[in-house]
Amino acid sequence: MKILLNNREEEFMKESLSVNDFLLLKKFSFKMRIIKINGTLISKDNYDNTFIHNGDNVQMIYLMSGG
Amino acid sequence: MRFSEISAHLSKFRVGIAGAGGLGSNCAVALARSGVGTLVISDFDVIEELNLNRQYYFNDQIGLMKTVALKENIARINPEVHVIIHQKKLDSSNISEIFSGCNIIVEALDSAAMKGMLIETVQIKMPGIPLVVGSGMAGWGRTNDLTSRKIDDTLYVCGDENSEVSDSLPAVATRVGIVANMQANIVIEYLMNII
Repeated sequence: MKILLNNREEEFMKESLSVNDFLLLKKFSFKMRIIKINGTLISKDNYDNTFIHNGDNVQMIYLMSGG
Repeated sequence: MRFSEISAHLSKFRVGIAGAGGLGSNCAVALARSGVGTLVISDFDVIEELNLNRQYYFNDQIGLMKTVALKENIARINPEVHVIIHQKKLDSSNISEIFSGCNIIVEALDSAAMKGMLIETVQIKMPGIPLVVGSGMAGWGRTNDLTSRKIDDTLYVCGDENSEVSDSLPAVATRVGIVANMQANIVIEYLMNII
């Protein structure tokens, strides 16, 4: 599948991926992040049962302490 | 457009600011100088001496609630601004009530976990209300690593999304001030586009 990740095209071997598998595959280890798929915010509790499909627009924000 | 027209337009709107530390106090002051009509500011902390290295407070305000001192400072800058303060720790049950009626909200909290909680709550419970997040502003220099990006119509992020504040890489006035003003700049841009 091909997706948009933060406005850049990325290709994966699989047809779909759960959000958790996607994070593992990309080796994204940041603890705090926000993920939106096609404009919908995915809460942490749903990372296992939400899937990323071909053509999806995935937006990720990394949250750093400090303010 | 003349400045008087800009401030007259901004005076019609209400902006929420979650947190009155380095980001929130500086962002609030920039918005007040620009003439935003109403600021809703929430914070539960007291001013400490070490806050003065970057936050918009004065030495003689040490020990005051940040919300009370910021309201006073804004009144001294631009008494036209209506400032509503909430001395509360934000959680998922009180956010939509505290910031009800706001046209746009600024995330100016300290911990990454609290930022995440606020973003989730506003995005889910206040659909359509834009949120301007600050993430990654530790240390000094690296000015051009600081960016503001629009995720979609309801979410913006300012900062480098990379540098975490810690004891060895503290928040410094310059970078925090830049990000606070980037957030204020997005707020003004958003409000100026409302006809």
